[in-house]
Amino acid sequence: MKVTKDLVAASATPMVLGILAEGESYGYAILRRINELSGGELDWTEGLLYPLLHRLERLGHVESTWQSPPGERRRKYYRITDSGLAELAEQRRQWDTVVGTLKEIWLGTGEARRFTPIPLEGPA
Amino acid sequence: MTTADDPDQLEVQFAQWRQYVRRRPELRRSDADELEDHLRGSVDELVATGLRPDEAFLIAVKRLGRLDDLSREFAREHSDRLWKQLVLTGGSDDPVVDERSRRDLVAMVVCALGAAVSIKLPELFGLRFDQDFAFYAPNLSLFALPWLAAFLAWRRRAGPTLIGALVALFTLGAVAANGYPLAADSQSYVLTNIHLPIALWIVVGLAYLADDLRSTRRRMDFIRFTGEWFVYFVLIALGGGVLIAFTVGTFQAIGIDAEDAVTQWVLPGGMVAAVVVAGWLVEAKQSVVENIAPILTRIFTPLFTAVLLVFLAVLVWTRAGIDVEREALILFDLLLVVVLGLLLYSISARDPLAPPGPFDKLQLALVVSALVIDVLVLAEITHRISEYGTTANKAAALGENVILLVNLAWSAWLMLGFVRRRNPFAALERWQTGYLPVYAVWAWIVVLVFPPLFQHL
Repeated sequence: MKVTKDLVAASATPMVLGILAEGESYGYAILRRINELSGGELDWTEGLLYPLLHRLERLGHVESTWQSPPGERRRKYYRITDSGLAELAEQRRQWDTVVGTLKEIWLGTGEARRFTPIPLEGPA
Repeated sequence: MTTADDPDQLEVQFAQWRQYVRRRPELRRSDADELEDHLRGSVDELVATGLRPDEAFLIAVKRLGRLDDLSREFAREHSDRLWKQLVLTGGSDDPVVDERSRRDLVAMVVCALGAAVSIKLPELFGLRFDQDFAFYAPNLSLFALPWLAAFLAWRRRAGPTLIGALVALFTLGAVAANGYPLAADSQSYVLTNIHLPIALWIVVGLAYLADDLRSTRRRMDFIRFTGEWFVYFVLIALGGGVLIAFTVGTFQAIGIDAEDAVTQWVLPGGMVAAVVVAGWLVEAKQSVVENIAPILTRIFTPLFTAVLLVFLAVLVWTRAGIDVEREALILFDLLLVVVLGLLLYSISARDPLAPPGPFDKLQLALVVSALVIDVLVLAEITHRISEYGTTANKAAALGENVILLVNLAWSAWLMLGFVRRRNPFAALERWQTGYLPVYAVWAWIVVLVFPPLFQHL
């Protein structure tokens, strides 16, 4: 299965903000974490992640610092800001609505419809 | 391969990759750092799974995706960066590049100031810029072009031989401008005023080419430089005109007459300094700004072709003879210069490997129609000269006409061959760049030989 590009793009912001809400992190680790959490199903490119991080920084949702933790390379770390947390909360509300609605449609109206074939158009 | 070599090998690969990334204007130094860290993380992980470092590097780079795609995504987020490169103050974030452009800036300011000061020096001997026209007109280029040549020679780290040649040629120019007893209303005086700047501009060309005098590509670069320089110079002149108008106007409003200060200081100093500044701008912006001259060429080639063809048609239709006065001959000389310019700048912007297209045929039509008109004019003028004898003006105009005619005729022949796929486009390029010394020699002849030849008239 491959998640379509539009869906990946739409969900990228809340995912990045969500991961950064757990604690500060850097590009490669964020990519690994997404990969891990999605079981390798979400295929993010660097061309998606880094410009997104830079955009979030421009909007003030995250801030970045160059740090060199002992025994490691110098890296650009990103930290979520208060405005980023607010944005994350807002995004969560929207996604909850979307996910909730989808769940209602697919599961809420009963198991019976799961096996109902979708009628084809035109005369049978 | 031994394992001991691997880390070094890997560092070399990283260095190469960095270099490659840094060429992208969309990617800044900090972006390159960040991506490199990403790449290293990826390589480390692959090595941990048992791959050799070089294999890991290949896979990691492949995963990073094509650099084109990556930089396109970056450009989408940072579209401002590409624009910032066009602005002088928006420096890059690379210390090496910054240092170089800062030193260029200092050298340019020194040369521009030198030019501005040098044009005021004759005042120590009682000459005034707004009054002693007879002295300043032939010498004007001598106050500006040596400084531009100095800036270019400095930038190219010219050797002592070249510097010696430049000094000698500019001295020769000074001798030509002041050595002959020419009256300010004589023809030779006017001819010197026109031809000395051309002769000296080609000396600037020597400084531009520096160590590569014979290379066709470099000579073509100089032709491009000339066009871009001209465009910048005109732009600066327009801006300067606005500045002067405001200066005079605002000071007049508070009852102070600034006109004297402007004509004595701002105008002469600004003019010669602008020559150097324009040269610096072309050098600094070379790779960033799309060339302007070729775009103008594209717009005006069809228009000029149309005008010339209509002129020819009318000439044939009405059977009107061309009334060749002296002014008319100069006008037709200028027409050939324009046609040659259109030809040169479309050559300079053309991909030599591209196959002949409709534009090349249009250009051929332009050149041929200009040639036909010129042959008619030339026939008329030689008739006149044989009847009434010659003067310095007529000889100069005729000589130029012949030089341009020869150039355009052979160009037309080469273009015909190119359109019919007989010879490569490079032949035309070689012909044009090889012809440059002819202009230089002719300009020097007019400046040095004509005054004694025509008894300083």
